[in-house]
Amino acid sequence: MKNLGENSKSVVIIGAGIAGIQAALDLGDMGIQVHLVEKQSCIGGRMAQLDKTFPTLDCSICILAPKLSECYRHDNITLHTLSEIQKIGGSVGNFSVDVLKHARYVKEGVCTNCGDCGAICPVRGITNFFDANLVTQAAAQIAFPAAVPAAYRIDPNKCLYLNYEICGLCYQNCGADAIDFTQKDSILSLDNIGAIIVATGLDLAEDIHTLNIYGYQKYDNVITAMELERLICASGPQAGHLSRLTDGKHPKKIAYLQCIDSRSQKGQMYCSSVCCMYTTKEAMIAFEHDNELESYVFYIDMRAGGKGFQKFLQRGAKEYNIKYLKSKISHIDVDKDDNPIITYEDYETSEIKQLTVDLVVLATCIIPSRGINKLADVLGIDLDHYDYVKTNPFLPVETSAEGIYTCGCAREPMDIPRSVAEASGAAARAAEVIKGG
Amino acid sequence: MSDKEEEPRIGVFVCSCGSNIGGLIDVKALAEYSKTLPNVVFTEDNLYTCSETGLAQIKNGIKDHNLNRVIVASCTPRTHEPLFRDCVKKEGVNEYLFNFVNIRDQNTWCHQKYPQEAFEKAKDLIRMGVAKAAKLEALDNIIVDATPTALVIGGGVSGMTAALSLANQGFETHLVERENELGGRLKTLHKLFPNDQKAQLLLDNLKKNVGSKENLKIHTSAQVKNIEGFVGNFEVSVEENGNNINLTIGVILVAVGTSLFTPTGYFGYDGKIRITQHELESKLNNNDVKAKDIVMIQCVGSRNDERVYCSSVCCMTALKNALVLKENNPKSNVSILFRDLYTPGTHYEDYYRRAREEGVVFIEYSPEKEPSVEENQIKVYNQYLGEELLIPYDLCVLSTPLVSNNDNKALAQMIKVPLEENGFFLEAHVKLRPMDFATAGVFICGSAKWPVDITESISQGYAAAARASTIISHDTIEVEGATSFLPDYNKSLCTGCEVCIKVCPYNAISKNEEDEIVITQVLCKGCGVCGATCTNHAIIIRHFTDQQILSEIYAYGGKEV
Repeated sequence: MKNLGENSKSVVIIGAGIAGIQAALDLGDMGIQVHLVEKQSCIGGRMAQLDKTFPTLDCSICILAPKLSECYRHDNITLHTLSEIQKIGGSVGNFSVDVLKHARYVKEGVCTNCGDCGAICPVRGITNFFDANLVTQAAAQIAFPAAVPAAYRIDPNKCLYLNYEICGLCYQNCGADAIDFTQKDSILSLDNIGAIIVATGLDLAEDIHTLNIYGYQKYDNVITAMELERLICASGPQAGHLSRLTDGKHPKKIAYLQCIDSRSQKGQMYCSSVCCMYTTKEAMIAFEHDNELESYVFYIDMRAGGKGFQKFLQRGAKEYNIKYLKSKISHIDVDKDDNPIITYEDYETSEIKQLTVDLVVLATCIIPSRGINKLADVLGIDLDHYDYVKTNPFLPVETSAEGIYTCGCAREPMDIPRSVAEASGAAARAAEVIKGG
Repeated sequence: MSDKEEEPRIGVFVCSCGSNIGGLIDVKALAEYSKTLPNVVFTEDNLYTCSETGLAQIKNGIKDHNLNRVIVASCTPRTHEPLFRDCVKKEGVNEYLFNFVNIRDQNTWCHQKYPQEAFEKAKDLIRMGVAKAAKLEALDNIIVDATPTALVIGGGVSGMTAALSLANQGFETHLVERENELGGRLKTLHKLFPNDQKAQLLLDNLKKNVGSKENLKIHTSAQVKNIEGFVGNFEVSVEENGNNINLTIGVILVAVGTSLFTPTGYFGYDGKIRITQHELESKLNNNDVKAKDIVMIQCVGSRNDERVYCSSVCCMTALKNALVLKENNPKSNVSILFRDLYTPGTHYEDYYRRAREEGVVFIEYSPEKEPSVEENQIKVYNQYLGEELLIPYDLCVLSTPLVSNNDNKALAQMIKVPLEENGFFLEAHVKLRPMDFATAGVFICGSAKWPVDITESISQGYAAAARASTIISHDTIEVEGATSFLPDYNKSLCTGCEVCIKVCPYNAISKNEEDEIVITQVLCKGCGVCGATCTNHAIIIRHFTDQQILSEIYAYGGKEV
């Protein structure tokens, strides 16, 4: 297929989660060259971590994996992993962008993803963000087996050879000769960039003190939704067989607490948008593993405005033994068997009640991507009062700088379909710059 | 390219899919079993066949063992067939010589409690797949020219946005609006949340921009009458002010918006002192609101048995109008009776907080104890207090849902796309293809798909423009080669009974001037209905020939053909 017209300008997309990937594929399919810049060692972002997606209960990685591969193989898309934006110059239609590419210490095209380096590496105990830090990995590591690019990396902060010039076991044992300790961090200068798309996504408020009143990090049977997501995932640390981290017991009663640190004067004032729905999804998946499971959802307002969402909730209540309790949590204790006891105000009766469960799951607040302030400085774009990328309600994918667009959770918490739609929207605006001249 | 005479050399790759398959059945044993099947020369099991590692293993298998047929036994062709086809094609094997065996969705997922039986079923499925693979024939995709023009149906905010973006990308774009001016629902709104901007300002801006593009043709008082053809080559007839216009169009965008719900019989609705939010906005536009005690009721006609869904824009609309009423008359009392307040995200939650700070009173009700609207007061049971409240009112505003248009069905039939149960248009995939239809070259945006606010209507307008642009940015289009086909050597079998014409859901079959059956290849989706109903077996479905299907059936029974 011939592209109509010559497009000499390319687009830089920052962040390769589902939003960045969709924008890249759309632009690539229009015949526009794309540089997709990702700070992690692989692409896929948050969606790759999820077990299933609401409301269709599609396996998340199964519907995402083809897009990851497509990005990797696309003639018009160049992937830059372990990379961040260091400097930009110029203006709309003609930006220049400096990308800092961190060394992988593994040759990307040569590595066969066999795992020998990780198996022999003597440095252990490094937490893996991908599995919500529930499992550890070696200094020679890959986020997950189906990662794209399918290449290991060496953690430069932990590797014995890179820090003390001892060891080198991975180098000696790599059958493909893929280990390369001579790699250095480098700057890649990209010119003739017509437009930039910021798709840096989200982080989760999981390590802050406000979670202590819910017993998080104090009681092992209080976990976050992302931790549960990994625990019930077939490719997660428990191979999908959910059990408690304290005693390995299968939970029979799970409580899901909504609005943890969101819609709160103490935490974030805003609503994270997706928790009501993913909670029902998680309760459904957990039920599919164990049909005797009882689930309790403690919520303030049940926010389910998307396509098929109300029906999804009805299914949850009717078919998956989920009870929805309009309520406000006071605090959490545990009994002698480490079973969490929830003290709460029941909004329907205005009574203070207690419920003992086997496991508590916290729907923690979505927060702006850590590092967004620095990136916003580099790009010269404004953030809003919550540090999300600032947009105008009627110019939803435009940042404050002309030629720089945004989409997805970089600008506000939102679900996957909306992120995908906005990503295509940002791609359209970028294409207007490139094609419209 | 392999020809028919070539001896089949089949490679079978069995995927563990993490533990989705491998957790239930032994994939190594399946790979070993596959080795015993006729024409199989290489087998392997993979943790994820779809990963870059797995794809490299397929490529190496083709190279090292000279494979001319490839089978992947894994998840589902729905998501993964294109990936594997592309992979074998890059190694010089015709993509139609790839065969997918579904041992996850149709096996390990649905037989989770029966591992032994699932293992035996996987063996059967692979044996059948191998038998079919041996009979597969190389096919070429069909390539047609594409016209780089777009048609946007609906001139509301979403349609105008989409059309403007396509025009800005350099494409000739036709915007068709039924009414005599552009604007859709935006024309009747008063202010817009969450920044309380005048709706008229946004409308004027959009209209000015849309009107200033030479390559954007606006057709008002116009309706699409008929659509023939297919992606890249639609023949569209539009009736504009009584005149008929014929357009050749590459892609079609549906942006027909929604209808309003009239809450007859709900809470004493009378259109005077018990009105809808939409009627309130008209009154506000005319500066015609004198009321001092205003009560709004949410979820009127939605989230009930008849209409299960949440219309998603009504809570914000109520907040907006409550703030306007408070601003116009700070002494007025505005109460909102709600079930779950829907203000997701950052700005909307801020807006909710602002409304509380401005003195709007929020009272929750449950559907079991609905408010009752009397002549001068409203009774509502408040569960926190455990008692009934009496609120006097001189204006009661009902928040009603956006509902699908009655004529969506006719349009859906014309462009051959489905509607969901509430009559909204149904996209190709709710999660990852939100703007696409399963029908190639047709896209959707705005509230025609599901009720959305102005912000989302705009981003979806852009989004549909991007998806459309991926097609018309190229001068040709490639479609599947697995189509139905009436070969010359079978023409004598055709009795001209025309059953195939009647059953084809895609209008792909017709008769030519010589009274012969003609199948338009690019319209055919390969569904097989014509082949199955053809009384004399004249029509062949490529990639699903009688011989190929029989080979699977015989293999299931343990017999070779």
